[in-house]
Amino acid sequence: MRSSVIIFPGSNCDRDMDVALKKFGFKNQMVWHNDQYIPKSDLIVLPGGFSYGDYLRCGSIASKSKIIKSVIDFANSGGLVLGICNGFQILTETGLLNGILQQNKFLNFICSNVYVKVKDKQNKYFKDLKKDVLELHIAHNEGNYFCSDDELKSLEDNNQIAVTYCGVDGTENEKTNPNGAIKNIAGIFNKNKNVLGMMPHPERMIDKYLSGEDGSLFFKNILDNFK
Amino acid sequence: MEVTEAVAIDHGLKKEEFSKICELLNRTPNLTELAIFSAMWNEHCSYKSSRKHLKKMHTKGKQVIQGPGENAGVIDIGDDDAIVFKIESHNHPSFIEPYQGAATGVGGIMRDVFTMGARPIANLNSIHFGSPQHKKTRNLLRGVVKGIGGYGNCIGVPTIAGQTTFDESYNGNILVNAMTLGLVNKNKIFYSKAAGLDKPVIYVGSKTGRDGIHGASMASATFDDKIEEKKPTVQVGDPFTEKLLLEACLELMTDNSIIAIQDMGAAGLTSSSVEMASKGNLGIELNLSEVPCREEKMTPYEIMLSESQERMLIVLEKGKEEHAKKIFDKWNLDFAIIGKTTNSKKIELIFDNKKVAEIPIDLLAENAPIYDRPWKKTKLPQKLKFDKDEFKSLKLSDCLKKILSNSNISDKKWIWDQYDHTVMGDTIQKPGGDAGVVRVHGTNKAVAASVDSSALYCFSHPLTGGKQIVCESYRNLISVGAKPIAITNCLNFGNPEKEKNMGEFVECVEGITDASKYLDFPVVSGNVSFYNETKDKGIKPTPTIGGVGLISDYQQMLTMDFKTEGNLVYVIGKTDGHLDQSIFARELLNEKKGPPPTVNLFNEKNIGETVLDLSRKNLIVSCHDVSLGGILTALSKMCIKGKKGIKINSLKGLTNKYEYFFGEDQARYIVEIPKASLKKVNDILNKYSVHFDELGTVNGQSIIYKDDINLPIEELADAHKYWLKKYMDS
Repeated sequence: MRSSVIIFPGSNCDRDMDVALKKFGFKNQMVWHNDQYIPKSDLIVLPGGFSYGDYLRCGSIASKSKIIKSVIDFANSGGLVLGICNGFQILTETGLLNGILQQNKFLNFICSNVYVKVKDKQNKYFKDLKKDVLELHIAHNEGNYFCSDDELKSLEDNNQIAVTYCGVDGTENEKTNPNGAIKNIAGIFNKNKNVLGMMPHPERMIDKYLSGEDGSLFFKNILDNFK
Repeated sequence: MEVTEAVAIDHGLKKEEFSKICELLNRTPNLTELAIFSAMWNEHCSYKSSRKHLKKMHTKGKQVIQGPGENAGVIDIGDDDAIVFKIESHNHPSFIEPYQGAATGVGGIMRDVFTMGARPIANLNSIHFGSPQHKKTRNLLRGVVKGIGGYGNCIGVPTIAGQTTFDESYNGNILVNAMTLGLVNKNKIFYSKAAGLDKPVIYVGSKTGRDGIHGASMASATFDDKIEEKKPTVQVGDPFTEKLLLEACLELMTDNSIIAIQDMGAAGLTSSSVEMASKGNLGIELNLSEVPCREEKMTPYEIMLSESQERMLIVLEKGKEEHAKKIFDKWNLDFAIIGKTTNSKKIELIFDNKKVAEIPIDLLAENAPIYDRPWKKTKLPQKLKFDKDEFKSLKLSDCLKKILSNSNISDKKWIWDQYDHTVMGDTIQKPGGDAGVVRVHGTNKAVAASVDSSALYCFSHPLTGGKQIVCESYRNLISVGAKPIAITNCLNFGNPEKEKNMGEFVECVEGITDASKYLDFPVVSGNVSFYNETKDKGIKPTPTIGGVGLISDYQQMLTMDFKTEGNLVYVIGKTDGHLDQSIFARELLNEKKGPPPTVNLFNEKNIGETVLDLSRKNLIVSCHDVSLGGILTALSKMCIKGKKGIKINSLKGLTNKYEYFFGEDQARYIVEIPKASLKKVNDILNKYSVHFDELGTVNGQSIIYKDDINLPIEELADAHKYWLKKYMDS
């Protein structure tokens, strides 16, 4: 499976994503934000970091960068686009995904392991995933997902909520919500479920010496579904 | 403006220093020249009070590639890999403006590391605040933590360990020490020594603004009531630009275009240009009209003194200008050719086609004043005779809970949750352990690092205190299975013009030197911060040691959490029960006198090597050094982290259980031993002739000791984990 990771000025999880993708067998290439075209890919990843310093608003300047038109075209033609953390923020700014990511409820940056519940498996990311609850890792200051009532209803009606923050046993409540996100939302799809944005970082959970290994399941599953 | 003695004094120079300048120049300097002298001759840049003593430090070793004197120290970790590291203070600015002060402290130290060609792989910090009851403490802590996180998180370098303490002596002078480690190929290290004539001098990075003017002089003075007025001297950081600068510099460093490179830190363009020329024994000519400025009508004086962040000065090979410019253009950074190297051995400044300053380099560097300041020795305080009957009214379990929730012992998760400690995907030991550990990317090696200081011990007896922190750093590295290699130090002291403070400095340095020599744990970089004093009240002497060690196979890394029920627990090293200066004495007896625990360097080394041998042979499964709070505190942390209890044996020949459990004797480790390894462990302990106690067995969910203690782990965790969060929320 061919993948491309876009590097914006200020991206800082681009290398981590490259390492993770290659570890599981993706043929990955790095693409510079100022390029116009993306090499032939089956998956485009917008990595975490602070694109353009997160100035103005997280992800907003990146959503107007030169490369982004190609990303939007690719998404609209059904290609898989994955945005992690800052990548998720960029995707909401481009309009590919609904809603916004506000500052965390307690106003602090949070770096911590979290559990997320997989809410929908009818898609190319989570289909046939063996687990329902994954242990992943978050590191963000603006991860508090919010959208209008109408948007939320539409997300729910179309099963576009991808993952939600929960406890180890899958309970979703205020206690298991690290950042105040509406309905504990940690990640969402677009209508066609080819575009996924999520705050947790699967690329930081790919071997047992790191914070955990559930990120491996995530990447392997994408590959398995591609075959 | 006419330059007079009064103007010179306003610039932080002493009367005698001004006359010396006039004498050396054989004329009165103009204002720009005076500014350059004041920047180069202040304490922060010239080390004029400390240099004499720093010379004695132990700085050489088999693995040392570069010792003090460069942007950072460099050590060899095998296979052409080298680690570049340094710690630096940003105390004064952080007190005035905590967010920016701390943020630019982190930015500055990272620049020191990538200037040498290394990619930063880990950040650490040691931060010290006034009493929790002091009205400023909470906001300062919040601001500093946000600043450190705001900068480091944005760059994408994990913050892997740190230290936070509270003491009333920091009420008017907080300490913020930031440390960075970087990884470099040992054949691709870049230095700041200029070479060759007529080579282009390049300015890259952010534009120069009016921020931070007089920053270095501010850091060389004590504080008074009007300190708020100094806010404009604090620099403003932009981590985004630093990230671009980092990537651009590393990209340019892949070939041989750079002859010398130096970041513009304290005293900005002045000190970077003078240092490069001085090290190369050259002159330098700068055309200040070419310097990219953020604001209009900046004068040469302002340009030379600005401490705007995220700027670098590079001496380039001729003909490489276009190639270099392309890279900086790609990263949207300013690039300007602002001068050249010359054979004049002077710094010559041109502005608007006129020469505005001309000073021989050696007057600024080698001829800068050096002081042999008078100092006073601190006598070893008399050991206290505790009234042990008084102890009897104290319940061991109450004492333990009180100590675990002490501000200096309690869990600091509230802080490090705000630092990205996992970015770069190689952090294998997070903050909260004895040391942070990151893998050397793509290899089996890992690097461990720890920051330590013990101001109470150093205040009580600087010589012992100086030794003790080096030993503590050594132990913290060994506790995670790393072989200690070298240290960096940040020497935070009061006013060197006072004999007592100067004496504290001299004796702490002596202690550090003794220990680092004995343990073969050389100092490769560091920084001195004097004048940590407000309205005549100085801080307790606080040398901070940043230690770095190597784990050759990261799978052998140790953590402190208890692993398996039924495993045996030993204390390695002898416990005499030294309570003077301990947390127990302070917290429960309100006793602040007495000497710190004795440091026996032979024992430190022998016991350290024993534990390292045990870990290399995979005979122990967890390890933690015993320090502040003694054995029971250390055990509690191992229990809380492992979510497992311990049944402590009835100890034979125990003279006093309070002394045994809370004494802070040095050179001790607690280790967890699987039963199958027991014989081999005993053999090794006997071979090294080290003392050990069979402390107990990992068991159940409580700490149990005879009828004295029966505490569920959850109760311990409650006492330990929430003090800081509650404090910050209240």
